[in-house]
Amino acid sequence: MYHKTTGYRVFSYFNYVFMILAGLACFLPLLHLLAQSLSSKAAISGNMVSFWPVGFNVDAYVKTFNNSNFNGAMLTSITRTVLGTTISMFILTCAGYALSKEFRGRNVLMWFFIFTMLFSGGLIPSYILITALGLKDTIWALVLPGAFGAYNLILLVNFFKTIPKALEEAAFIDGASFFVILSKIYLPLSLPGIATVSLFIMVGHWNSWFDGILYMSDASKYPLASFLQTVVVQSNMQNMAMSQSEVAAMSEQSIKAAQIFVSTLPIILVYPFLQRYFVKGIVLGAVKE
Amino acid sequence: MAFQDYKPWLGITGSRWIGLDNFERIFQYKEATQAIVNTLIIAVSKIIVGIIVPIVMAILLSEIRNMGIKKSVQTLVYLPHFLSWVTVAGLMIDILGLDGGINHILTRIFGNDPIYFLGDPDLFRFTVVISDVWKSFGFGMIVYLATIAGINPSYYEAAEIDGATRRQQIRYVTLPSMLPMIIVISTLSLGNILDAGFDQVFNLYNPLVYSTGDIIDTYVYRSSLLNGQYGFGTAVGLFKSGISLILIVVSYRLAYKYANYKIF
Repeated sequence: MYHKTTGYRVFSYFNYVFMILAGLACFLPLLHLLAQSLSSKAAISGNMVSFWPVGFNVDAYVKTFNNSNFNGAMLTSITRTVLGTTISMFILTCAGYALSKEFRGRNVLMWFFIFTMLFSGGLIPSYILITALGLKDTIWALVLPGAFGAYNLILLVNFFKTIPKALEEAAFIDGASFFVILSKIYLPLSLPGIATVSLFIMVGHWNSWFDGILYMSDASKYPLASFLQTVVVQSNMQNMAMSQSEVAAMSEQSIKAAQIFVSTLPIILVYPFLQRYFVKGIVLGAVKE
Repeated sequence: MAFQDYKPWLGITGSRWIGLDNFERIFQYKEATQAIVNTLIIAVSKIIVGIIVPIVMAILLSEIRNMGIKKSVQTLVYLPHFLSWVTVAGLMIDILGLDGGINHILTRIFGNDPIYFLGDPDLFRFTVVISDVWKSFGFGMIVYLATIAGINPSYYEAAEIDGATRRQQIRYVTLPSMLPMIIVISTLSLGNILDAGFDQVFNLYNPLVYSTGDIIDTYVYRSSLLNGQYGFGTAVGLFKSGISLILIVVSYRLAYKYANYKIF
């Protein structure tokens, strides 16, 4: 009924416009970035670029991919993401499977893990620990500290709990071991959960920049996000390995934009897959009876 | 370490124990107290805005009937959550700069002087809060959208027969159904009261806005790793962690008591 009142119609029109604007507001900055990365220097310094490239060229991308620092950082990022996600998921699924069962001391153990999420020793002690373990300047400093995230553990445990016990019992009678049950029954059945958690971890690894700056003493070992942080935020033009004449010929902004865009591209590419699962994953993890 | 005058070359065993001196200094140093005040102001504004905006947006979005538009808007507004603050900072520095896009639009419409969002101490907190909302409101909406989708349609039908307008339906059906979720999210966000977002502030701030934009985490970073006051930095960090822990435990208790929420 209410659909037909004039008041609601007016509201509805405004609502559509407002929502579309809100959606665009989340997307247009990225488009602006892309346009800048493809524009000529004159157009950028003349402030002519909005959402469409002016003076189209791909020089900034050529420059970016010819930059050995950038490529090295990219490689570090890929390594840490693959390695980190694999290790994390292995530990987390094993731990999550065990902790989704009822046994004595389970809650104590669970709170023990959750405590790590609630309380952190702080910046300096973590730094000293990593140094003392000899992990500094190695890829492990980026992979290991965050490998066992309590938040992800909770998500997984909650997922595993939704799987009926009868399935496991039946498998037991058929002679399956715990490991077979985990890999053949639990993992396939909780695929949305697994996908959500691993995608979170992947994105987390790809995006984290502070640990790189903290634990890597040499800028050549930075992962991409840390590299980008130094280039974009600290405006460290040395990292871009450019000669004076090149700086003059190309717009700094356009190269920055190209670098930001290339490093964001993987996220934008996995995003459609991500979106299919994470809504389900978040809701299941958060809303329970 | 927090109770020591820590020197890296002496280590924990060799450094001098100084009791609570480091903690006393937190309240003596003007910069440290300022950082705590800034943290509280920024974090509390973020929490309040971060609770209200997703609720309002979720209700408004659920009023959109065209599924295609609804889905596209959802897809777009979730996206910023997955971008790194480094990327977002890069975008913001460009767009919010003196000759950036936002100022371009503002000066054209209002004819005012360009506003330096990231360099003006009076505006920096505002910029931080708004950009945080921009980045996270979509993600915060997910839970509310799911809650709204789960409301039994017969409530709305009953309300409609009783002659309720749409506004009344939202007021008396939608909002009460969302209330448990709102309570849970709000109480849980209490634990963030000392967390103003290191990633964000670190990438956006600059010496011009230290007076209003320096937060505990950035202060710890500068005082310890850059200035070598390791013991003091650790003390500030421990202070923050301790208070956060208490707040989180209290808020989980509250969430359990009033909304029967359990984390596992």
